Amino acid sequence: MSMAASSETDAPVPATAAAPPPPRRHRWPLVPYLLSAPGLALFAVLLLVPLTMTFLLSLNSFSFYGGIQDVWQWGNYADIIADDYFHEVFLRTFRIAALVTVLCAVFGAPEAYILRRMKSPWRGLCLLVVLGPLLISVVSRTLGWALLFGSTGLVNQGLMALGIIATPIEFMYTETGVVIALTHVLVPFMVLSVWASLQRLDPQVENAALSLGAGPLTVMRRVVLPQIIPGILSGSIIVFALAASAFATPAIIGGRRLKVAATLAYDEFLNTLNWPLGATVAVLLLVANVVIIVGCNRLVERRYKQVFE
Amino acid sequence: MTYLVLDQLTKRFANWTAVDRVSLTVEKGELISLLGPSGCGKTTTLQMIAGFLDADGGRVTLDGQDLLAKKPNERGLGIVFQSYALFPHMTAAENVAFGLEMRRINRADRDRMVADALRLVGLDQYGDRHPRRMSGGQQQRVALARALVIKPSLLLLDEPLSNLDAKMREEMQIELRRIQRTVGTTMILVTHDQSEAMALSDRVVVMNKGRIQQVATPQDAYDRPANAFVANFLGRTNLLPGMVAGGPAGTTITVADSVWPVAEPVAPGPGALAVRPEKIGFVDAGGLRGTVQARVFQGTQWLFEIETAAGRLMVIRQHDGSPLPAEQERVMVGWRPQDMAVMPADPEAAGASREAA
Repeated sequence: MSMAASSETDAPVPATAAAPPPPRRHRWPLVPYLLSAPGLALFAVLLLVPLTMTFLLSLNSFSFYGGIQDVWQWGNYADIIADDYFHEVFLRTFRIAALVTVLCAVFGAPEAYILRRMKSPWRGLCLLVVLGPLLISVVSRTLGWALLFGSTGLVNQGLMALGIIATPIEFMYTETGVVIALTHVLVPFMVLSVWASLQRLDPQVENAALSLGAGPLTVMRRVVLPQIIPGILSGSIIVFALAASAFATPAIIGGRRLKVAATLAYDEFLNTLNWPLGATVAVLLLVANVVIIVGCNRLVERRYKQVFE
Repeated sequence: MTYLVLDQLTKRFANWTAVDRVSLTVEKGELISLLGPSGCGKTTTLQMIAGFLDADGGRVTLDGQDLLAKKPNERGLGIVFQSYALFPHMTAAENVAFGLEMRRINRADRDRMVADALRLVGLDQYGDRHPRRMSGGQQQRVALARALVIKPSLLLLDEPLSNLDAKMREEMQIELRRIQRTVGTTMILVTHDQSEAMALSDRVVVMNKGRIQQVATPQDAYDRPANAFVANFLGRTNLLPGMVAGGPAGTTITVADSVWPVAEPVAPGPGALAVRPEKIGFVDAGGLRGTVQARVFQGTQWLFEIETAAGRLMVIRQHDGSPLPAEQERVMVGWRPQDMAVMPADPEAAGASREAA
């Protein structure tokens, strides 16, 4: 009875025309999960599992005679937090990363702006030059820097020949050298990131500011710069993360004396064979990186929230 | 009083001349439109006046001063861009205040002038909104306020209404006209929309292929187009081929089996006669014979297509109850001599009119 009534009331309604088609995902609730399963599996196997294992390893203890002890304790963290040596290494790591980030922004953002205003074919050519460092193996590029920077290298010989300096400037095994080399490697990331945000900039906006009486420098500072802040920020995040965890460049230019977190972790793993301590350094580096990046991101986004929408 | 003078202004690009010896004088307080299809050189002309493009020849003087010698940020012109080009990271009030800041006007005066400008465009409640949170029409008004607040000697508007929907566009046309009357700024409007140009301007400058075709009031350009291009570009028109001949009774043009007196001085020989569809009526004698091919009811009016010996004609009659011919009926159409324009035959434009028909 009730069925008959309901079918009667349903019948006159031209259901196909009036009702919107039911969303497909209700019929196949598992499809999105199945489709993303390969990606999720890759993510889990290649990232989550090693990270978890590194973290667990950092909780183990180590002794020179007994090797890795299968105990769970926070001793490694306490050691690092208590020891001035580790403080110095971490401070140096983030000082270098911060300097590299600032230098990349200072050079990369204007570079991207100039590149955008270039005409082809110069634009493509110059872009290739900018991206060049990424095309060369990190080791040969860094060794090239070493040849250039060494006390008998081209830069020092040239400066001495010109009589500008009397004794060679030490680039090798100094923070300055590491910062210069890392900036060279990482500036393309900044250029690409700023480039992307420049693409969204209405070219007429600069003309509008000009027509209102702003000089070229004011146009830069008041109109262009605030709008490419998102690009500079995302570029800075990439550069900072890569600089803070860089290994090859600090290892070759910084040498064994000038240690950063990544080379420290390497040494703990492969020279001292203190795997738990190395893992602790790696975990702390990761945590510090995430905290600094997320913190800066929040800060800048709040300051320039209008351009981030 | 002559205010702005363009003298033989020319811009050449690699393989074509975008603006070809354009000369024009604009009176103070006038609203003048540069009208033409895309690529006719109207925007290039505007950009040269603004200083965003360098001219390859010619001069521009504003109030007696050489404008081309100044940098774009020293010309003191107000510009409203097609994309509005608002500063997205500033509020509406900050956008409007920018030009005043550049002129180092003190805070109190600046705030007052910004408030006045926003009130002028009807946005006094929206000062602290960011452009992204505003509709296209509102952004347009902010752009207008930003350009007007610096009291520009000349306001340039580059397709200002083309990004708005039809209803909004009509509203803004009236608004723009009201503002122009209120502030009395000399304005140059670039547009490809002939109805916009006619609704807003004191005079229209019709351009094609980098050259000026006609400078006239909207009514004159519409009623008495200088050539076939203008006739076709400004609304629908009928362009009929004919033969111009001089005689004792004055110049006449013969179109098929009808003869019309010609008022303007046109050289004898092949010519063309332009007459608007709404100016043609059905007459008993002295007109052009034809057959009604089609008649379409459009609410306020009827649209007829008449086949004549001189070609197909479009006729619009008001739906006012008067008797109208039926399809396939033999009729005779005519118009008052003052409602037509006669011009020398232009093979290129004749081709264009055939395409349009």
